[in-house]
Amino acid sequence: MSLIVKTITRLTVGLILIYGIYVVLQGHISPGGGFPGGIIIALSFIHLLLAFGKDAVLRKLNQAKGVFLASLGAAVFLGIVLGGFMGRQKPLLSQDHFALFSAGRILLCDIAISVMVGTGFFVIFLALVLLNQGEED
Amino acid sequence: MSVYFLCFILFCVGLYCILRKRNIIKIIIGLAIIEYAVSLFFILTGYRLHGRAPIFARDQEILNMVDPLPQALVLTTIVISLVVMVIVVSLALRIYEKYGTFDITKIRRLKG
Amino acid sequence: MILLFMICASIVAVESRDLISSVIALSAVGLGLSLGFLILKAPNLAITQLVVEILCVIILIRATINKDLPLVTDGRWLFNTIATYLFILCFLFFAYRALKELPNFGAPLMRVSQEFITNGMQKTGSSNIVTAITLNFRSYDVLGEAAVFFAGIIGVLVIIRKTGKIHNSENEE
Repeated sequence: MSLIVKTITRLTVGLILIYGIYVVLQGHISPGGGFPGGIIIALSFIHLLLAFGKDAVLRKLNQAKGVFLASLGAAVFLGIVLGGFMGRQKPLLSQDHFALFSAGRILLCDIAISVMVGTGFFVIFLALVLLNQGEED
Repeated sequence: MSVYFLCFILFCVGLYCILRKRNIIKIIIGLAIIEYAVSLFFILTGYRLHGRAPIFARDQEILNMVDPLPQALVLTTIVISLVVMVIVVSLALRIYEKYGTFDITKIRRLKG
Repeated sequence: MILLFMICASIVAVESRDLISSVIALSAVGLGLSLGFLILKAPNLAITQLVVEILCVIILIRATINKDLPLVTDGRWLFNTIATYLFILCFLFFAYRALKELPNFGAPLMRVSQEFITNGMQKTGSSNIVTAITLNFRSYDVLGEAAVFFAGIIGVLVIIRKTGKIHNSENEE
């Protein structure tokens, strides 16, 4: 990839990641939530992969670690749902309806879902890229 | 009434594309158009004229909101449609690797 | 209106000969859909549709970038086209008859949603009603969706992985 693409990628990848985390964390106050936030986090990693080639990204997050993180996110979500089914606790509930920690279980569910969705889509894209690379050789 | 009808015309354009085209990528594009049309139809049934978005604000009393229930259902539908598209595209890539073409009339050999 | 723009863009996507132009026209349809969601007062869905659209177009372009083929149409063309048009006309006619039963555009029934709106903020504590419904009133749906998502990931990994085994066995022989 050309030099312009690499320079702009270095500037914007961190901003995209922070925007994704922002969309996840304020999912119960403003539009957004777990799903688009997770996909934005995956898009930041995909941006890095498209600009720099797969070697620069595979050092940080290879396929086995990605699948492990996706399963971890799903397991945490399952634990939260089953915990609500059996018990009746409402953690992190404050009276101010527009604060960050006001919605109890919804915030924890959002974080678990965003980890699961984000790493899942990144693993899928990595698999497709590895197929293309193996085909060109 | 005419808005629903236009949504169905979009659905029929996608349906025509799936039925008549011979290239696998065109069939995948028709599938995506059908998914967009179906999501749009669900949201159209829940719209209230001069309604507001279903999000409370800090110091306003909002009386007329659009229907939030179809929006919650379509939210998961959009993510699942992306997963379906990825699976179909990976199948198309394997077919190209094995047969060398995307033309569906030339893919007739059923080997084990 | 935006629907007319989407229909025109979808006809371009269907009929164009070049694969890359079809994919870009599909991206225009998705953008029109996201704008439509904004006009229909669904901001949650507009963000999700925009982001999903970007990812879908990246994957489609990645799949078709080296494999562009010219298209050839021949053989039994007239009968197929007439049969397809007749089927679509019948479908549209029955859809027109069925669409009259729906409530008028702009006046939904909203029997269940009225309970969600009036009690939602007290019971869950979140001010985004759509997120409250998705993750609190109907969170078992999201659990099913996570299951389908994982089936998708495993499916893609299984479909892609066989190349390594075939090459390994060919190298050993």
